[in-house]
Amino acid sequence: MSIILDKVNYIYGSETAYELHALKDINLVIEDGQFIGIIGHTGSGKSTLIQHFNGLIKPTSGSIYYNGEDISDSDFNKKKLRSKVGLVFQYPEHQLFEVNVFEDVCFGPRNLGLSEKEAQLRAYEALKMVGFEEDLFYQSPFELSGGQKRRVAIAGVLAMKPDILILDEPTAGLDPKGRDEILEQIKTLHETTNMTVILVSHSMEDVAKYVDRLIVMNQGEVKYDDTPKEVFGHYLELEEMGLAAPQVTYIMNRLREKNIPVNVNVTTIEEAKEEILRVFKNR
Amino acid sequence: MIRDITIGQYYPKDSVIHKLDPRTKLVGTLAYIISLFLFNNFLGYIVVTLFLVGVIKASQVPFRFIIKGLKAIIMLLMITVLFNLFLTKGTPLVEFWIFTITKEGLRISLFMAIRLIYLIIGSSMMTLTTTPNQLTDGLESLLGPLKKIKVPVHEIAMMMSIALRFIPILLEETDKIMKAQIARGADFESGNLVKKAKSLVPLLVPLFISAFRRANDLAMAMEARCYSGGEGRTKMKPLLYQVNDYRAYAIFVLYFAAIIAMEIVL
Repeated sequence: MSIILDKVNYIYGSETAYELHALKDINLVIEDGQFIGIIGHTGSGKSTLIQHFNGLIKPTSGSIYYNGEDISDSDFNKKKLRSKVGLVFQYPEHQLFEVNVFEDVCFGPRNLGLSEKEAQLRAYEALKMVGFEEDLFYQSPFELSGGQKRRVAIAGVLAMKPDILILDEPTAGLDPKGRDEILEQIKTLHETTNMTVILVSHSMEDVAKYVDRLIVMNQGEVKYDDTPKEVFGHYLELEEMGLAAPQVTYIMNRLREKNIPVNVNVTTIEEAKEEILRVFKNR
Repeated sequence: MIRDITIGQYYPKDSVIHKLDPRTKLVGTLAYIISLFLFNNFLGYIVVTLFLVGVIKASQVPFRFIIKGLKAIIMLLMITVLFNLFLTKGTPLVEFWIFTITKEGLRISLFMAIRLIYLIIGSSMMTLTTTPNQLTDGLESLLGPLKKIKVPVHEIAMMMSIALRFIPILLEETDKIMKAQIARGADFESGNLVKKAKSLVPLLVPLFISAFRRANDLAMAMEARCYSGGEGRTKMKPLLYQVNDYRAYAIFVLYFAAIIAMEIVL
């Protein structure tokens, strides 16, 4: 179960005055069970890239394979692909439309042709998975708070039981508490179901804490594809791309400059704390 | 998918025609359209063709872009040509079954087709070289005198520019919601008419909500900046005629005179 991208190119508005080469020769392998972060500046091609994963966009050139099958083959079942590769768009709460939360989450499983009973069961499970309170199930989705709406929207995709879950900026526009809650829930999901999770973000802090592989996009190209620790080692190059390493990377590098022998390869505040304490204890 | 549709079809370039005042272009286009129906001789077509080719060359817009606009009127064009071809009375050229093609019919349908094509090309030269906002500005200024008889010209122009501004936003939004629902297994293409109409609900409900939300936000933002209509309002970029505009007007007058003169002399 994997997605392979082979020399994928995508050009918006081909042969018009607004031509834009959004993706340039992308080669990627998405393995099972990974927690992947995709990071890049606005307009670096992240959103375009993830829409290729479930066949919403057809590449201008190059091929995409899902489990060894070329998804642009005419006999390839795209509907099945979309149920297996769940994509949660940016501001997913804008897609809600049903009379109540529960019905909205049922929309996905019903489209898969499941029985009413099965669809409802999945909707219930999905809403539970994102930690949505049961007494709000029959509320209108438009009366909920921003964070709650987003949970409902994520549940709407989870109810299709995807093997791969892609989230485009799932925390955009949420307050810090809402952000942490959503990210923690995604992490728990990943751990309990062993689902492949791809998290698109421009916040280094968010991804550093959760992902075990980080893909950095810049101007339509994959710049780095490595563990977060390795990627943040290039923090000066990241800055040139308009990105920044997590704040702890800067702190550790500063300490190193002051001849305090800390290991700069830490990515989270917790690790940084441990590292600094270790160095001070050894003195 | 939807992103590929261009509305207003503005083609960004830095040509002489692009830099003309929108009022010049509006008046010029109107004059050009009128001129198309003023003549009825062969020489007239040559003058119009030369004029049009001159404008296209000066505008630096690629020719295939201009042709694109013609796709929309192909049906209209065919119907006009066929009707004129078969239903005009005169000296018969070809006869078969119940159809007769006359010499006059051939002539009229050919010239009619050319006129229609020139009409579309000419007016798309205006929209290709002027941004929608410039156009509404120009329109507001040209319709200015109507304010005297209590026509809310500024408000109408403002509504037009807001509507135009919202078209690409709503298209993008439609595209986004459509993709989001497709990702949830929605199917917008297959099924009969009833099923297709029903499948639009997941698209239309969020779209309406977002349109209202945006309209509300915009109204609030305008209110917060004390917008109160056209009364006493000044412009950051007032429309001012440049030397080139006077030249353009002179060319238009010459062109117009040439067309009329030919019609009288010939």
